Amino acid sequence: MTTALSAKEIVSKLSAEFPDAVKEAGADSVLVKSASLPAVTEYLKTADGLKFDYINYITAIDYYDYFEVVYMMTSTEYNRSVTLKTRCETRNRPTVPSLAGIYQGADWQEREVYDLMGITFKGHPNMKRVFLWEGFDGHPLRKDWNK
Amino acid sequence: MTTTQEISLQTEPFVLNMGPLHPSTHGVYRMRVTLDGEVVLDIEPMFGYLHRGIEKLMEERTYTGCIPLTDRLDYASAMGNNLAYCVAVEKLAKIRVPERGEYIRVITAEMIRIANHCLAVGSMLNDAGALGTPFFYLWNEREKLYDLFEMLCGQRVLHNYIRIGGVSQDLPDEFLPALEKFVPQLHKFINEFEFFLKQNEILIARAQGVGVLPKDVALNCGISGPLARASGIKRDLRKDDPYSVYDRFEFDIPTAENGDCYDRYRVRMEEMKQSLHIIDQAIKKVPGGPFRAKVPQIIRPPAGEAYGHIEGPKGELGFYLVSDNSIAPYRCHIRSTSFINLTALRQMVKGWKIADLIVIFGSIDITMGEVDR
Repeated sequence: MTTALSAKEIVSKLSAEFPDAVKEAGADSVLVKSASLPAVTEYLKTADGLKFDYINYITAIDYYDYFEVVYMMTSTEYNRSVTLKTRCETRNRPTVPSLAGIYQGADWQEREVYDLMGITFKGHPNMKRVFLWEGFDGHPLRKDWNK
Repeated sequence: MTTTQEISLQTEPFVLNMGPLHPSTHGVYRMRVTLDGEVVLDIEPMFGYLHRGIEKLMEERTYTGCIPLTDRLDYASAMGNNLAYCVAVEKLAKIRVPERGEYIRVITAEMIRIANHCLAVGSMLNDAGALGTPFFYLWNEREKLYDLFEMLCGQRVLHNYIRIGGVSQDLPDEFLPALEKFVPQLHKFINEFEFFLKQNEILIARAQGVGVLPKDVALNCGISGPLARASGIKRDLRKDDPYSVYDRFEFDIPTAENGDCYDRYRVRMEEMKQSLHIIDQAIKKVPGGPFRAKVPQIIRPPAGEAYGHIEGPKGELGFYLVSDNSIAPYRCHIRSTSFINLTALRQMVKGWKIADLIVIFGSIDITMGEVDR
């Protein structure tokens, strides 16, 4: 059974490796600083005993005050999963580092988040809209779209 | 005299627009194919022609009112979508489904898996040049399954049957006997079908060794379902993260090693047999009792978030729900299998001919309703 690796375990591992990356640890998710996201993910993917080699999904939520970007990874070897979160406080051109270089599966999913939520992924090789046409006004999944 | 080398012509790549209305694109998918003669150099997938904004629409409907929208994601396996969504809502609202409801869900989920694989295998063979014949034999069996669905819920394609906390109505009296009669019949058909195709020269020539997807690429792209299992990734959420009552059934996870189109065909055929095996066990064990938990029509799950996923016919299908304790989801993200499985297409087709591109694309098994949402 896929057991979510408890946030406590992850936090203890991560804070040993990256002293100031972890901002907050929820019950089953870890909130990290967006700047340290690629390093943390790379570590989760490659470190012994973790090996989170499969990315389940990437999504973003608009909470008005901030955008939350959510990543879920699974280790197919140990059958465990982890949820990472990061936040951007600005509504005007929010930016998060891209994970497309680490997981190929992130490529289109980041484009989808950009298309519908308007979050730019820095370092993405092809940051274009994926469903809507170029020139579409705004990003429809934002709560204030078309209001 | 000039040699052939001196007069060789300068060539340049040719760009071909395939789709959105091409018979082999399974809906409205378009790709810009860069060709060197017949050989595919690169492809650029383009989609969104069927984008209906389902995630946005869900934010304005009650939790129950969202179920019909999920039917319209992957319209070839609507029952699976209903189930994945309901599993996520139940996780969010902490609702327990009665035993009978769970067994009915397992039976219908496996029936839709068979129906989906009939379509997937049939259309792949169609794309490979076996026009019509195998497709319509499989279509025939799928039709019988759809008759059973009609008996169950009055709907053939878009079922809207699974509800939060169970299913919408109990099994009609004649359903289980009809299914029991149908299972051995379908088993016999699959064996016959395999007998004709396993060593079929056309299928082997068109599919064996074509469009190989290596295991590490598949994993890195987030590929799931039969596509991943054909590449040797032994992962199936029914075993690895059991939902419903799948932990009470005995079944194997068919895998293959080569990751080519032929292996994908084989894995799907084996999966159909395993599904029949599960249905067989479930029919014998369906308990009595309520088929649905006592859940109000309008529910208000506590504020929080949940991710529920199932092993759909195409792979991992998940719903990520955020609740703000109101009657509608604050945000619903759909982890769509087809969309993510399509990521690997570019790597699979490079260097193959354009006729192989069609077969490789067909072997992925996608539905545009799920890609575009």
